[in-house]
Amino acid sequence: MFEAIAFYLFAALTITMFTITVMTSQALYALTAMAAGMIFISAFFFILGADFLGAIQIIVYTGAVMALYAFGMMFFDTTRNVVEKRTNPQIVFVLGTLAALMVVAIFVAPIISNNIHAVYPIEAHVGNAQAVGIVLFTKYLVPFEVAAVMLLVAMISGIILAGKKMDKSLTLMAEEEIVMMNADTVGHTEKGEH
Amino acid sequence: MEITLTHYLVLSAVLFAIGLIGVMRRKNLLMLFFATEILLNATNIGFAAISHYLGDLTGQMFAFFIISIAASEVAVGLGLLIVWYKRTGKIDLDIMTSMRG
Repeated sequence: MFEAIAFYLFAALTITMFTITVMTSQALYALTAMAAGMIFISAFFFILGADFLGAIQIIVYTGAVMALYAFGMMFFDTTRNVVEKRTNPQIVFVLGTLAALMVVAIFVAPIISNNIHAVYPIEAHVGNAQAVGIVLFTKYLVPFEVAAVMLLVAMISGIILAGKKMDKSLTLMAEEEIVMMNADTVGHTEKGEH
Repeated sequence: MEITLTHYLVLSAVLFAIGLIGVMRRKNLLMLFFATEILLNATNIGFAAISHYLGDLTGQMFAFFIISIAASEVAVGLGLLIVWYKRTGKIDLDIMTSMRG
């Protein structure tokens, strides 16, 4: 009973939040609504008994990814409204519905066939975090290490891409030097556009 | 009133559809990134639900790897976006037609 109430409550909240994210024209509203939606999604993981996954969801998405987006939005002009594509809305909704139906078919197909069996069964006397650790560090050790290398590559590329002019310290430079540097960059971008 | 696997899969599909509508609707690249995150989260719900109702941990493993992929995608994508914004001053899809494809 409580599970049903929690499911419907969080389903309604998540759908509302993500609809706001998709439909709003303000970047700041979209960011805030998505952060809320991520937290509500972690509730589903807790209901489903995947405690560790829920904790990771909160830490990674609302902790790391949202902070990254917030820092990224400082670079962009987020005060003006977002301009939208002028496409036919009917086509968009029909395509979205068709794709959703296809996803349902993909997910339902193996359940109908009834042929699958648990490879790494969940045991009752072991906690979720412990069971995840056992499976992750035995059966999925190589993908885990590859994911670690991928995150390292992403970190380095993020630093290199976003951290231009890191050799110059803005706190130690004089005002005139900063003005000159900015004038330099503006001239550069204007040349780049032509 | 039992919550079955179908409930979760339908919810996952609905969220996926919302994300798809966002991908098709948005022109701002930052908003496209938001829609991508919604897509990845919708699949995560599906994986966790199947993992629970099947009594198998493989679904949760896949959800972990999806989360790590999403995190690295955001890092690289935002880096590229910042570079693009510094070069052109805009992050709309319309101006990214320099290849005339």
